[in-house]
Amino acid sequence: MDLRDLYQDIIVDHNRNPRNFRAIAGAVRLAEGYNPLCGDKLVVYAQVVDGRVEDVSFVGSGCAISTASASLMTEAVKGKTVAEAEALFTDMHELLTGKSDADPERLGKLAALAGVKDYPARVKCATLSWHTLNAALHGEQTPVRTE
Amino acid sequence: MTALPSVAFPDAFDVARVRRDFPILDQAIHGRPLVYLDNAATAQKPRAVLEAMDHYYRESNANVHRGVHTLSERATALYEGGRDRARAFLNARTREEIIFVRGTTEAINLVAQSYARPRLKPGDEILITHLEHHSNTVPWQMVCEQTGARLKVVPITPDGALDLEAFERLLGPRTRIFAVAHVSNALGTVNPIAELTARARAAGAMVLIDGAQGVPHCAVDVQALDCDFYAFSAHKLYGPTGIGVLYGRREVLEAMPPWQGGGDMIRTVRFEGSTWNDLPYKFEAGTPAIAEAVGLGAALDYVDRIGLDAIARHEAALLSYALERLREIDGLRFIGSAPQRASVVSFVIEGVHPHDLGTILDHAGVAIRAGHHCAMPVMDFYGVPATARASLACYNTTADIDALVAALQGARDLFGGRG
Repeated sequence: MDLRDLYQDIIVDHNRNPRNFRAIAGAVRLAEGYNPLCGDKLVVYAQVVDGRVEDVSFVGSGCAISTASASLMTEAVKGKTVAEAEALFTDMHELLTGKSDADPERLGKLAALAGVKDYPARVKCATLSWHTLNAALHGEQTPVRTE
Repeated sequence: MTALPSVAFPDAFDVARVRRDFPILDQAIHGRPLVYLDNAATAQKPRAVLEAMDHYYRESNANVHRGVHTLSERATALYEGGRDRARAFLNARTREEIIFVRGTTEAINLVAQSYARPRLKPGDEILITHLEHHSNTVPWQMVCEQTGARLKVVPITPDGALDLEAFERLLGPRTRIFAVAHVSNALGTVNPIAELTARARAAGAMVLIDGAQGVPHCAVDVQALDCDFYAFSAHKLYGPTGIGVLYGRREVLEAMPPWQGGGDMIRTVRFEGSTWNDLPYKFEAGTPAIAEAVGLGAALDYVDRIGLDAIARHEAALLSYALERLREIDGLRFIGSAPQRASVVSFVIEGVHPHDLGTILDHAGVAIRAGHHCAMPVMDFYGVPATARASLACYNTTADIDALVAALQGARDLFGGRG
């Protein structure tokens, strides 16, 4: 296992300069995610208009894997329908937990996170933002926890 | 690179020889020699401990305090031998004051439920400190819920030492119990437990010392300390997991009801009511961790043979070497720098989250702890979600520290610093 498989340039870049790292004023949907084991904490905001994710963002603090995963997620789901975002959530979950045989490249930039599956202790870092987005889209009130 | 700091190591301490006693150290992780710096989580076990437990299972395994057959007598003698070793280690007056438990956590829960719960009333206070491990916080919160007593917390100063003036203010006539860590697991701060115990006892409070991080670094004499309870776990002291010791002052233990019921803790059982066994068995319900007690005894013998003082001197020298070398790393900030500290170093590096450090260091063969160290209030105090923690033991060397520093530099390079 090469460390660079986990910390690819794109991960390092999105950790240093996370995209859509802001709150959305008056966002109709938001959810809080927390990983008590690591202390990773984030809030995901989503602006959904006519079943489409018009805008999505996050704020919070976490490790490089959780920050880059959240950042890449916002880029990937912006403009998608809620149904498409949910399908992507399922694909990502399978990719990160090693349950999918599908070619990760079809996920585009998100494929950079594929290396996480070889680090069981870090999978929850990468899935936190996705679980939180899912909760935001479904209007769940209880904070999401991965541990 | 700057010249390596020179540190005076104790002459008599042969660390290469000590390392040969720990078979686990001789292996590669991700193709690099293992550098084990997570000793505050659990220490590695010397061959003497492994062999004592192996011999026990191969030659003497039986249940204790029961059979009249030879193996049972042998097992009982070995198990009770572990208790005698623990008594001598803590310099307790009598062996009846040594209760075997699963570990420090269980010891504190035992005192909370058997000593505190039946006695405390609304308005009573339990005093702990901001440095405590969750295991010396949560059991007391539970007792407060159960009894209406209040939890008070001694604050810490920015360097991670107890605020002794605040301690004096918080210690009052309502303080029934003062529970304090001997050494902070998150910061390494060594608390002035003799002074604290004397003050708390003079104020009429019972004193419990969480010695989980204390016993690996400092000799403990419970009679000189005059504390009411002292608890520790074997596995942080080169012994096995699953066993620890609760020392309790005899008259206090006598007055406490049993905590768990079952075999071995009773004298007679009738459906109308049962009577309890004598100390220490009153608190040891069920078949105990026999092999682990044997392992604990072997670990205490091992520590005695090397000498806790020699270990402490070696670790102190290594700690100053580590602190000097870690200062070379740009963006590294120490979390906690109390003047009195054991060989635990907590730190954060700007731009690299502790969990990423943990993974990156592991690739270099270096095992450290990254997280909140079961001390979330300490993390909150410093405004960090987590820290990286390197904790040293008798078998660590300056080469281990050099590997740590090189791996940390590598992590900074990988992340490109904070641009």
